[in-house]
Amino acid sequence: MILYQYITEALFFAFILLVFFGGLLAVRTRILMHAVLGLAVSLLGVAGLYFYLGSPFLAMMQILIYVGAVCIMIVFGIMVGYTPSQVQREGITGKNTFLAMLSSILVFLLLLVALSRTIWVPSASRIGDFTLPYLGESLLYQYCLAFELISVVLLAAIVGAIVLARGKKGEHF
Amino acid sequence: MYLSGNLNTYLVVALFLLILGLYGMIQHRTFIGMLISTELILNGAGLNFMAFNRFLAPNPAVGQIFTLFIMGIAAAEAAIGVSVILAVYRRYQTSDPEKVDDLHG
Repeated sequence: MILYQYITEALFFAFILLVFFGGLLAVRTRILMHAVLGLAVSLLGVAGLYFYLGSPFLAMMQILIYVGAVCIMIVFGIMVGYTPSQVQREGITGKNTFLAMLSSILVFLLLLVALSRTIWVPSASRIGDFTLPYLGESLLYQYCLAFELISVVLLAAIVGAIVLARGKKGEHF
Repeated sequence: MYLSGNLNTYLVVALFLLILGLYGMIQHRTFIGMLISTELILNGAGLNFMAFNRFLAPNPAVGQIFTLFIMGIAAAEAAIGVSVILAVYRRYQTSDPEKVDDLHG
């Protein structure tokens, strides 16, 4: 194994650690802002894994959409829906911690057993490649309808969000 | 055997994201916490699609397109979620999911 491969593997391991500890911070902390920070760190780690999966474009989109837009939106949600004391105190009340841990460990074991018993068979032949022009071409020819539909869904969601958040006429928040 | 060239590595990481989201979804008592857990689960799904796309799929564009669509759906879901939190806060003057129980029998 050459030196640069060691470095690549070490970086890969670092990205996995980012995903793990970011996710743990996101679900275990008492402070809501720290939970959003953990989510952002975890999503950055997933973006790093996308690089290793041969798609730098998806990694950039992950950073742009998730870390850039969704996390900021959640911070706005904390800003408008919570008083400062709630931001500090709410998070875990410990009522369901045992049940949550039990169910998630059971699901984890179930899926791990299923994973270890499955033999994956790669497809015999591959068409196309990982390049961006091919991706854009199939987005505009083969998957054109889905592409247009997701645009409509996004538009409807944004208009609906504005309508929901604005409330009745003359009512002030 | 390299860790980054193995399908199972990615699947285990995605599985970890899924169970973290599940855990947070059951245990958190805030709307924001549930929203964050949903994002984690959606990311686990996206990572799974990308991993299968890289190692098994016959056409490597399909997984990337699917992951892009998941991102779009997640963005729409976050926008709707935040405005629902705002509407609930305005109506009930609370952001505790336990207290929003008009339909509770």
